[in-house]
Amino acid sequence: MISARQLSKHYGDFRAVDGISFEVPAGESFGLLGPNGAGKSTTMRMIGGVSQRTSGELTIMGLDPEQHGPEVRAHLGVVPQQDNLDEELRVRDNLLVYGRYFGLPMSYLKPKADELLEFAQLTDKAAAKVDALSGGMKRRLTIARSLINEPKILLLDEPTTGLDPQARHILWDRLFRLKESGVTLILTTHYMDEAEQLCDRLVVVDKGRIMAEGSPAQLIREHSTREVLELRFGSERNTTVAAELQGIGERLEPLPDRVLIYAHDGEAALEQVNSRGLRPLTSLVRRSSLEDVFLRLTGRSLVD
Amino acid sequence: MSAQLTAKDYALSGSKRPMAALYSRNARAVIARGLLATRSSNWLIMVSGFFEPVLYLLSMGVGLGALVGTVTGPNGEEISYAAYIAPALLAVSAMNGAVYDSTWNVFFKMNFSKLYQGMLYTSLGPLDVAIGEIFLALLRGAMYATGFTAVMALMGLITTPVALLVIPASVVIAFGFASFGMGITSFMKTFQQMEWVNFVLLPMFLFSATFYPLSVYPQGIQWFIQALPLWHGVELLRQISVASFTPAAVLHLSYFLVMIAVGMLLTTLRLRKLFLR
Repeated sequence: MISARQLSKHYGDFRAVDGISFEVPAGESFGLLGPNGAGKSTTMRMIGGVSQRTSGELTIMGLDPEQHGPEVRAHLGVVPQQDNLDEELRVRDNLLVYGRYFGLPMSYLKPKADELLEFAQLTDKAAAKVDALSGGMKRRLTIARSLINEPKILLLDEPTTGLDPQARHILWDRLFRLKESGVTLILTTHYMDEAEQLCDRLVVVDKGRIMAEGSPAQLIREHSTREVLELRFGSERNTTVAAELQGIGERLEPLPDRVLIYAHDGEAALEQVNSRGLRPLTSLVRRSSLEDVFLRLTGRSLVD
Repeated sequence: MSAQLTAKDYALSGSKRPMAALYSRNARAVIARGLLATRSSNWLIMVSGFFEPVLYLLSMGVGLGALVGTVTGPNGEEISYAAYIAPALLAVSAMNGAVYDSTWNVFFKMNFSKLYQGMLYTSLGPLDVAIGEIFLALLRGAMYATGFTAVMALMGLITTPVALLVIPASVVIAFGFASFGMGITSFMKTFQQMEWVNFVLLPMFLFSATFYPLSVYPQGIQWFIQALPLWHGVELLRQISVASFTPAAVLHLSYFLVMIAVGMLLTTLRLRKLFLR
């Protein structure tokens, strides 16, 4: 349904996307995870046919989005990373005018716009100017706008960034329902809980390349252990004590504020720690999460 | 929301229509958006654009004209200085409006307000956007030209019905500049580069036989000025305004028809570079 092979996008010497390949079947919810600058948004733009690839192949529903941009996008809904609402138009007009860009008739658009305003909880803001909306409201309007053409594929570039927890959960619920009705979701996110909630399958991207691919559970199985033991010895001792912890669990990661021990059985690992006479200030056994996988694959250093 | 989607819904057959990648025959949606946006927010900018040439006409034509007296018009008759420069100012305002709309305005909407980014994520192709924006620019130009011609009439500078043809002629001039301007904008990446546009326009405005005849220049400079588009616009409108035509009028008009054709070709070829970076 969506098929990318050795897809690349270079800006001069910079390789924003460097030969990535993936397939997304119809109705799947597919996630692109990666730090800032990993090439997620560029990939999204190429899927939408608004950015020209340097090399590689890409087909959406059997068509090349570069050769058939308008036709492909007729079935696409797009939520860009930064809201690009039409600031010169009022809230409801934003939906109507956007629908006109798809060539949809007013008889369809008027009830649809009202339905979407309801969905975005913006009904009483219908006649407001866009710049009078709060950040969360703008985000909701952008998402509502992306649904005006009842898309078969929804591209969501960090859809819930800037939303409060209530709004996030409402959105997840709506996205889940869209998925149930057979809509294919492609999303990028920084929130690992979001990825775990929404994605059937995901790829971790870094520096324009795919680092890992699979379902959230699969990735955790392959790239982390079942459980993680978090120990705090106080910020001075964390690194020095790490030497004494060698051999416990599968892998050890000393951080400035804590030491992580990746183990299949966290409680057993904790007993081993205690039996060596080490007394951590606090200890916590938790299940391994996608975040552990993400940080392992893309590193902990800050990227911009 | 919608009925359950099946595999059948996900199969598209591509259109064989030429330009299908760039054009979806829906420029009217872009035009409708522009009209709605103008109505609801930026009509004040529209009004200010109308006054600029009128103010020039009043200060230069009436004020400076009192010192100058009469000058020799295109048909050899003596006409007032205001009547001499009015068609030239109309040509300048057609140029300025069209260039502003197709360069700065497009540059801003592309890179800053992200308006086109939103449009291009729909069924619209870049050519729909380009045609829609050029049409809006020409509509605006036609309104300005009509308003300016009305002011000319009020000042007694319109003496023949043929002079009303300056309105469609200014739209042709505007079209030439707009189609070219958009093509040129596709090469621009920074604000500094955009400044070059102003750097070209201002001298062209001052020296294209706008305020005095071309004959004041030495031969070499005359040829240079005659190669530039604004001079042809000024001469064309000046001849129309007194309904006295020389064979050169055909040349002036042809200059713009060629400019439109070349400009549209350039813009179409550069559309991907302009909109799909």
